[in-house]
Amino acid sequence: MSVKELLIGKLNWEALPHEWFTIGGTGFFFVIAIIIAVYLTRTKRWTWLWKEWLTSVDPKRIGIMYFIAGGLMLLRGGLDAIMIWLQQALGSSNMHGVLGAQHGYLTSDHFQQIFTAHGNIMVFFVAMAFVFGLINYIVPLQIGARDLAFPFLNSLGFWLYIGGVVMVNMFFLFGGQYAATGWLAIAPLSGREFSPGVGVDYWIWSLQISGIGSTIGAINFIITILKMRAKGMKLSMMPLFTWGSLFSMLMAVTVFPLLTATLFLMFFDRQLGTHFFTTTAGGDPMMYTNLIWMWGHPEVYILMLPAFGVFSEVVSTFSRKRVSSYTSNVLGMAGVSALALSVWLHHFFTMGASADVNAFFGVMTMIIAIPTAVLFFTWIATLKGGRIRFETPMLWFLGFVAIFTIGGLSGLILAIPPADFQLHNSLFLVAHFHSNVIGGVLFGIFAGINYWFPKIAGIKLNERIGRQAFWCWIIGYCLSFIPMYVLGIMGATRRLDHYDASTGWQPLFIMMLIGGIVIAIGTALQLAQILASVIQRKRLYDTTGDPWGGRTLEWSVPSAPQSYNFTTIPEVSSRDQFWKMKQEGLPEPAYEDIHIPHNTAAGIYISLFAFLAGFGFVWDIIWLIVVSLVGILVVFIRRAYNENSEYTLTAAEVRSREATRKEKIAAQRKEALAAADEEELSLWGLIKLVLAYGLDVVRKRKWRTW
Amino acid sequence: MSEVVEAELGHLEHHEEEANDRTLFGFWVYLMTDLLMFSVLFACYAVLHGNINGGESGRQLFEMPLALAETLILLTSSFTCGIGMFMARQGKKTQTLFWFAITFILGLAFLTFEVREFAKFIGEGHSLHGSAFLSSFFVLVGTHGLHITSGLLWMGTTMAYTVRRGLTTHIVRKLSLLSLFWHFLDIVWIFIFTIVYLGAVAWPS
Repeated sequence: MSVKELLIGKLNWEALPHEWFTIGGTGFFFVIAIIIAVYLTRTKRWTWLWKEWLTSVDPKRIGIMYFIAGGLMLLRGGLDAIMIWLQQALGSSNMHGVLGAQHGYLTSDHFQQIFTAHGNIMVFFVAMAFVFGLINYIVPLQIGARDLAFPFLNSLGFWLYIGGVVMVNMFFLFGGQYAATGWLAIAPLSGREFSPGVGVDYWIWSLQISGIGSTIGAINFIITILKMRAKGMKLSMMPLFTWGSLFSMLMAVTVFPLLTATLFLMFFDRQLGTHFFTTTAGGDPMMYTNLIWMWGHPEVYILMLPAFGVFSEVVSTFSRKRVSSYTSNVLGMAGVSALALSVWLHHFFTMGASADVNAFFGVMTMIIAIPTAVLFFTWIATLKGGRIRFETPMLWFLGFVAIFTIGGLSGLILAIPPADFQLHNSLFLVAHFHSNVIGGVLFGIFAGINYWFPKIAGIKLNERIGRQAFWCWIIGYCLSFIPMYVLGIMGATRRLDHYDASTGWQPLFIMMLIGGIVIAIGTALQLAQILASVIQRKRLYDTTGDPWGGRTLEWSVPSAPQSYNFTTIPEVSSRDQFWKMKQEGLPEPAYEDIHIPHNTAAGIYISLFAFLAGFGFVWDIIWLIVVSLVGILVVFIRRAYNENSEYTLTAAEVRSREATRKEKIAAQRKEALAAADEEELSLWGLIKLVLAYGLDVVRKRKWRTW
Repeated sequence: MSEVVEAELGHLEHHEEEANDRTLFGFWVYLMTDLLMFSVLFACYAVLHGNINGGESGRQLFEMPLALAETLILLTSSFTCGIGMFMARQGKKTQTLFWFAITFILGLAFLTFEVREFAKFIGEGHSLHGSAFLSSFFVLVGTHGLHITSGLLWMGTTMAYTVRRGLTTHIVRKLSLLSLFWHFLDIVWIFIFTIVYLGAVAWPS
């Protein structure tokens, strides 16, 4: 082994970015980083950022950080989606390729990396981030807890997630390539023999690091929900979002260990030369397919169940009724979670299991429709006779009903093994999957964000632009995924960078691209919605803490809640505890000493070392691996034996904080009253404002004082 | 005044107790996730143990007396760990340290046997590259060994802290988690002994 290999392993100059897209990506990331760094330095906010946010163990702050990271990754994954659509729209004609590609504008290898990254980013780093963000912020408030069971582990889980995010983007920042294997890197394609580059290694370690973070997070939430509910809140009184989160997290602790083990085995196959999933020396690639889908299928439900919970809350609040058939709803979610663990084989009906096995898994898959339908009926029953208000969270719910039903029904078709032999690996499957994750998971997250934004930020969101964003998403969805169903039935195979022009499919692919652009506009509108709300915040202040007429405990505290959530933890005696409190008169606040955990950077350090160890594994840098593993151990031991992890906020301090808060709210109320006549900012109004501001900056050379 | 102090102390004690309760429960859930990781490795072994790729099978390879010795050592260590925990709950520092030291030595002995077994196999040309059977054997048993190693590391650290700080609530909590972990590894080993070693004789591939 040469000195160079000892120092930097497989790394070399060729690995550094040298193609237009990697150089562009790297440049873009660095420009953003420099802008942020300059801003923080100019405004002297580095310490603030570190002390108040990055090292925070407050689940509310961690939740917000999840939202920000997930939102950025949504843009990143969305860009991938547009690139895929553009390639297919261009690549389905006779036109000659550009930029060195044979068809369209992407080489087939690059195209494969893009759809792999798109899948990984959207599932792992967008949907998971939003789901964990919502659970972090809302669940403790709903169950009347001041914190999570293990605040430090929560911070650790978050930072491991960030480690995964950085790892998945490393091939841009640092070099090499990404996996070109599809989002689950099915063996033996992902083995050393067929994927010799570092792409699959990046894939393994980004999923491994963030996956371990998810397991830790899931354990934390389970203990929090089971052990830290307010006095009197029985399981049967928990709000439905908390129920959904509990089921989701129970599934997560059941299947994420399988992912961890499987990824380790794949890593051994690649780096140590073992024979688990190889085609030689007795290895069995089908083992991999089974194991990865045992995790992969429930994973989608892990994302879906909290979204179901969000919808239950939204429907009940915006119908001004308590949830009908609460028990059926909970049982429905329980049924979905239980069945979701026993259907994984429907992802590979075509791979040679016997007819009996296929039939069993087909039937199990169809049975899932029953508890899901139960959920839908409980929502419909809740709507019936309610005073329904069509504000944005409700719109997202109705969009979900339409799209998720389409997705569910196409799922039933796919569940029939003989039909699946036709549809397997076609665009029909892709359309089905996206109907469920966009219509279900993403719409649930959007409903949740619109619903809880006032609680989180203290201001309601702009309704006008929110509605426009919703319609862009719905129309964009129809334009891009209905043609996909059609193409799938006509036999279009997925994951192809070009289709022969003689198929005559190009118009449909162009339609899909247009749909994708409409969705992108919808996303931009959502950002505009937040911007417009912040600009017009005086009009939108939520001074009551209860902007929608809510029923559950999170609405009983001011928006945004204090770091300790509740001054006094309420005693619970009803499912709709806050509704009941409102009827009976709110109790006078009492003050008591509160234990609060110290902020800690240990999670950041451990995650940094985990990331470096992963990086060492990718590029075979042995000293880096050893140093990092020792680093993890040292930080962890120091943290574990630190007995001084809490401090006490005395009752007097709590009282004075509450008083300050009251004054602030009173001031906001005055401002809100003065701004009450303002018209809600429209998109056009927002654009004019932003342009005027930009002009102002340029004219007065404000940027000089920045 | 003393009533106020007592109430305050009661409040703190309650707070500590709740934390204990949560930590233990959380650790149990963690152990279940770890068990699921092992279940994947067991499943792989069950599927792959017959794929010997023309090499030697478990029956030809394994030395039963060695496996039995390892089993007895580990079981004894679980017993001494239990006594150590008993002493810790009674606040007897020296005895606690004594019994955990015995546990540590037994764990180290187990590990030495295992490493020697691995070295012997590899020396005879049966490394984990040889066949799917050998891969799944080395990874399953090796993962258990890795757990034992981290258990020993944990034990050493906690003993060092016990010497320095005495048997505080915090340290006793750590010891009880450690003993759970140790018993858990014992149970996993019993399955390894049964399925891998006895299985090789009972169900020859």
